Amino acid sequence: MLKLPVSQMEELFASIASEQSLYLPLETNGLIAFSRWEEGKQARFDQLHCAGSVKDFFFPQTENLALFKTSGKEIHIEENRDPEEAFVVFGVRACDAGSLSILDRVFYDEPADTFYQTRRRQGLIITVACNAPEETCFCHTFGLDAADPGGDVAVWLLEDMLYWDSRTEKGHALTERLRGLFEEAGDQGEETVRKGKADIGKIIDRLPLRDLSLERFAGDGMMEKFDAPQWESLQEACLGCGTCTFVCPTCHCYDIRDFDTGHGIRRFRCWDSCMFSDFTLMAHGNPRPSRLARFRQRFMHKLAYYPENHEGLYACVGCGRCITKCPVSMNITKVIKTLGVDQHA
Amino acid sequence: MQRIIGKMREKAKELLEAGTVDAVLGWKKGDFAYDPTPAFFYSTDELDMLAYDGFCGSNLSKYLVEYGKEKGKVLVFLKPCDTYSLNQLVSEHRVDRENVYVVGVGCDGMLDVQKLRDKGIAGIEEIEEAGEDLRIHTLYGLKTCPRDEALLKKCQSCKGKEHKLFDDRIGAEESRDIANEDRFAEVAELEKMSPEERFAFWRAALSSCIRCNACREACPVCSCHTCIFDNARSGVDAKANASEFEENLFHIIRAFHVAGRCSDCGECSRVCPQAIPLHLLNRKMIKDIQSFYGAFQAGDSADQCSPLLSYSPDDIEPDAFDRWKGVM
Amino acid sequence: MRSGETLIPVLGVVTEIRRETPDVKTFRVSAPGGGAVFPHMPGQCAMLSIPGVGEAMFSITTSPTTKAYMEFSIKQTGLLTDWLHGMEPGQQVAIRGPYGNAFPLETELKGKDLLFIAGGIGLAPLRAVILYVRHYRDNYGKVDLVYGARSKEDLVFYEEVSKDWASSEDMQVHLTIDRAQEGWEGNVGFVPDFVRSLDFSPKCSTLVCGPPIMIKLTLDALWGMGFDRTKTFTTMELKMKCGVGKCGRCNIGSKYVCKDGPVFRCDELAELPDEY
Repeated sequence: MLKLPVSQMEELFASIASEQSLYLPLETNGLIAFSRWEEGKQARFDQLHCAGSVKDFFFPQTENLALFKTSGKEIHIEENRDPEEAFVVFGVRACDAGSLSILDRVFYDEPADTFYQTRRRQGLIITVACNAPEETCFCHTFGLDAADPGGDVAVWLLEDMLYWDSRTEKGHALTERLRGLFEEAGDQGEETVRKGKADIGKIIDRLPLRDLSLERFAGDGMMEKFDAPQWESLQEACLGCGTCTFVCPTCHCYDIRDFDTGHGIRRFRCWDSCMFSDFTLMAHGNPRPSRLARFRQRFMHKLAYYPENHEGLYACVGCGRCITKCPVSMNITKVIKTLGVDQHA
Repeated sequence: MQRIIGKMREKAKELLEAGTVDAVLGWKKGDFAYDPTPAFFYSTDELDMLAYDGFCGSNLSKYLVEYGKEKGKVLVFLKPCDTYSLNQLVSEHRVDRENVYVVGVGCDGMLDVQKLRDKGIAGIEEIEEAGEDLRIHTLYGLKTCPRDEALLKKCQSCKGKEHKLFDDRIGAEESRDIANEDRFAEVAELEKMSPEERFAFWRAALSSCIRCNACREACPVCSCHTCIFDNARSGVDAKANASEFEENLFHIIRAFHVAGRCSDCGECSRVCPQAIPLHLLNRKMIKDIQSFYGAFQAGDSADQCSPLLSYSPDDIEPDAFDRWKGVM
Repeated sequence: MRSGETLIPVLGVVTEIRRETPDVKTFRVSAPGGGAVFPHMPGQCAMLSIPGVGEAMFSITTSPTTKAYMEFSIKQTGLLTDWLHGMEPGQQVAIRGPYGNAFPLETELKGKDLLFIAGGIGLAPLRAVILYVRHYRDNYGKVDLVYGARSKEDLVFYEEVSKDWASSEDMQVHLTIDRAQEGWEGNVGFVPDFVRSLDFSPKCSTLVCGPPIMIKLTLDALWGMGFDRTKTFTTMELKMKCGVGKCGRCNIGSKYVCKDGPVFRCDELAELPDEY
């Protein structure tokens, strides 16, 4: 493990940014969001979660796929990839870092999504441990550790010191490049980090969602959950907007659309939401015609369908964004609690 | 306003038991100190979950468009500002007044938990609302914050304590006075900008839009059966903003569609996950309508007609815009 | 340069267009240099698009034994299909695929007596199978086709079915239309009732495709006659965008129609929610 005084973080950022684009939590348009760092911009690690999740770097809201030119009966097809960029995202929390392994399973599954693949290859994740978990946090429910957040490099900000621990080949290579900035953390540093982790652990033990249990969702019984009568009251308040979907680090549904630029047709993909009424709408009908069916789909996907296809792994990382962002305060923890109680009460 | 919850439960119980209403639309206790969810209550034994505190900012009027038709007669709890929205929906025949029993509830101004977070208050476990200061119990100790500093944006320019539509009222006289900002002050600031500055302001704000449609879904007067932006045959349907132009277009079109009907309930800005000050677009429309057609407040009554939907020989002429630009 | 990215289509050329019914046309598509655009197995689908108009999944109606082209029989129902119905031969289209699984012609269905049951445009995917089975005729047992539509004019591939197939000793063809009409001497009645009236052995392997309500009622009829769910196959159609089980909209429970389907065995389908 290496260390660097927090007062020298600006130099660290400058060194990273000299060869790779560096994205950090910055205040942008009234929000803390991952934004491109430039000299003089103040990193904001004081709020745990950025407005958007790290997903946005690998599966952006919109992304070009192809360009078509048509003349008469002829069509010309060209791939139209956004330019590749080697980049580093600094300040990713354990939850967001964990979301990438959930997305990887979808996008790497054959045939792999080469757009996602390219971005994953080009991107490097530097996590930061959560010294002050929020009341909305429940990453522990999914086996993630806010005190030991993973990524290519894990960072702890403790007692005016930044501790740096690279975890992957990519992380080691970056560390090698920046080696001159750091000192060895030494035994004392290791001890500080160990204590820091223990302190975080103590807070996690006191979180209000500490005991959120997915026990009732494990194993079979998919149809029992599908038919649960509680969906009716759970979905009543839902506005059918896409907020939860779009701020979610694991939601990955997309649409493919064409845009007439005036000089050709630009085909792009963009986020879509299973909460939208036209998501499954076909010319001859809609298999999920009610909001109940759409609301249920989102949670069944995360808590039943995805786990069934991926060895029991849930498609949620407990970041709590849906808790803070839902306009009507309906969210996955309310669903888990309600469905987890008694299926046919 | 937690102090009136007992009376609210009593009223709901009374009307449910008497069969006057078939369901009660209110807020249901959440899991945290700040997350009550709009909910229907069908039986008296569910009413202990009925909640009313400083985090009941959501405007329940819109639910009546859909549910008013299928749930029989509904008792709805409305804050003073929410009654403007219901009036507007009644005037547009989107809600049948006969199907709704409105209980106006007093309001001390609603709170925005994000404002507490922006002050660095993290790990919120409990919020005590009594008095001028909020006492916030957190995982990291007790914090305080003046109540006025945590008000929702929309409550900073409160339209007042008067319920514009009600069958009954609870706690209406007890509503707390809220320091009232001029609601057009921000619009005036924008008007002072050069067109280039103003365009830059809106580009910066709207570039954050993720097209989640929360503004549209929460808006009481965005009540089209199929929105033009969802209609594949409209030619402008979209899931994302394919260009900067589209980013602007969605919000500008929405502002025009609700012009003269928007009561300035502020839900658009309250629900925006990207903190875009959408209410400013609507307020600009309201301000212009007032300056061109005289005083008008949508939802003031269910019988009035929006100046944009009526004709009078005194109506402003099309060249007014150029003349108005000249005086700017 | 091509990256092999599945979401990027390649070019196809429409070389021939035939009208099948008042609202169904068959489009023959070849690669620009001739030949099928890509190899496939019966039951698989392809994404066809006209840039700026739309993209949608269609089943391939020809058998892979036809090397020179592939065909799509498409009903006019929406924006894209309106456009396709209006185009003329020589038109290029963007095409990608093949997507989905196929009927298990080389495994579970090999050597079996086959009963095909189709309604309306539902014969399109089954035609690929029938053409394949007729090509490798010795690999299969007895072959029967029950095919129905609203009227005689709504029977797709009518010439092929009533002339080539019906007169062939390879297979038995049983046609029905919903309501009696002049010049029709065949059966009148709905497909499920017609199936009940014909004396098929429940030991057959059965392949069913048609409108959802026809599939539902036909399967009920088959179960009543003692047919085996593990030997009964159907093919599904839901809205699709990616074709590879990622974009999230064509799932029925944990299964994606585009990737795990479109062909499902009925015992697998019975375990899934009724969202189709």
